[in-house]
Amino acid sequence: MAKLVATLASTHHPFYLKATTMPPEQQMPEAPVWKQKVEAYRETLAEAKPDILVMVGSDHFHQIFLDNCPQFLIGKAERYDATFYNEEREFGIPKYVLEGDEDMSRFMHQHLMDQNFDFAFSNELKIDHSIICPIITVRPQNDLPVVPIYTNIFAPPLHTPKRFYDLGRAIRKAIDDYPSDKRIAAIGTGHLSLELGGPRQFMETGPDPVFDRNAIEWLRNGDIEAILENVTHESMTQSGNATQGFLNFILMLGVAGPEGADYVDNLDLFHTMEAYFTWYPKEAAA
Amino acid sequence: MSKYYVNKFLFTVDRDPELLKRYAEDPKNFVATWEQSIGPKLLGNDVEASSVHAFTAAERKALVDHDYVALFEMGAHFFLNLTLFIGIYDEPYLKEKGPLSFQREFAAKLQHWRGKDYPSVET
Repeated sequence: MAKLVATLASTHHPFYLKATTMPPEQQMPEAPVWKQKVEAYRETLAEAKPDILVMVGSDHFHQIFLDNCPQFLIGKAERYDATFYNEEREFGIPKYVLEGDEDMSRFMHQHLMDQNFDFAFSNELKIDHSIICPIITVRPQNDLPVVPIYTNIFAPPLHTPKRFYDLGRAIRKAIDDYPSDKRIAAIGTGHLSLELGGPRQFMETGPDPVFDRNAIEWLRNGDIEAILENVTHESMTQSGNATQGFLNFILMLGVAGPEGADYVDNLDLFHTMEAYFTWYPKEAAA
Repeated sequence: MSKYYVNKFLFTVDRDPELLKRYAEDPKNFVATWEQSIGPKLLGNDVEASSVHAFTAAERKALVDHDYVALFEMGAHFFLNLTLFIGIYDEPYLKEKGPLSFQREFAAKLQHWRGKDYPSVET
């Protein structure tokens, strides 16, 4: 059976590449430390020596729109183009082509359906920055096949935090049951507190630094009980209108299981708290 | 009122450099064109028409005026409302007033919503 070798959950800041590659005299003061932190985080994936990446993100109305909006979707294609025109325009993210792994996508799709997750699927999926940002940060050589999974964190009504956690558990089971000798890493991105297009956007900190600190501690300790007690759609909305991106962190904790993280780092940037977590399955670490 | 149709406008224009340019330069005529020949098309299908949605006068005016505050207050999706107007205004603001100045002005104009429940973006 396949082996899960690492679970990564992080924020995806679309300006990372631009911020850290512009001429040094134009860079923001935090750019060097941001780069250091991302490169250290990258090592946590490299150490696990993965063969395939299961990648969890959320389309930001790039391919998916309100005329046809799935809650959960899996990509099933031999390749995925990535980066839309408006992401190049706004963030300076270049185009990519990611290799797919149709066999694993097919297996995961069936397995998740069998576990009562009614996944939509796409045979022609163009990936957006929710999945390209972690390629840029943790696997810039882009040399591994991916199985992309999208969640709806954006167009209400959204599933509950518990449902996201349970989906993470189901994804873990599907990875563990995949009949292959491949080493799998699961990588998901989202946000801590975040405001976009509202009165609290682009402040000196994220819109809710208290939530950010709590969220980091909950994830550090693998404390799903505390998350499910404290995090609701209402509370997330109060923490910032785009805070529901935290649902993907909850999902990734489901993949890892309710365990303390092996690697935790964060960076207080203008308008967001960046956070980086890695879990190694305890049996794999032995 | 059609939040969906407003979002459809923002979505279709934000993703197309030619449409964005026309909306930036001549919003009144572009909104009229969009209502005649772009909005009624089913997405991803040039042949099939959809007869379900139309703008209210207030929605049309907000789009013509590039009025992102009014659009926020109507419940246009926050991401589309932000990203489209960044596409139009970020660069000129950057040159004149520095990085993130448009985004900060956008936030400043919405300060009366601080501490309140924002208009729902549910469609």
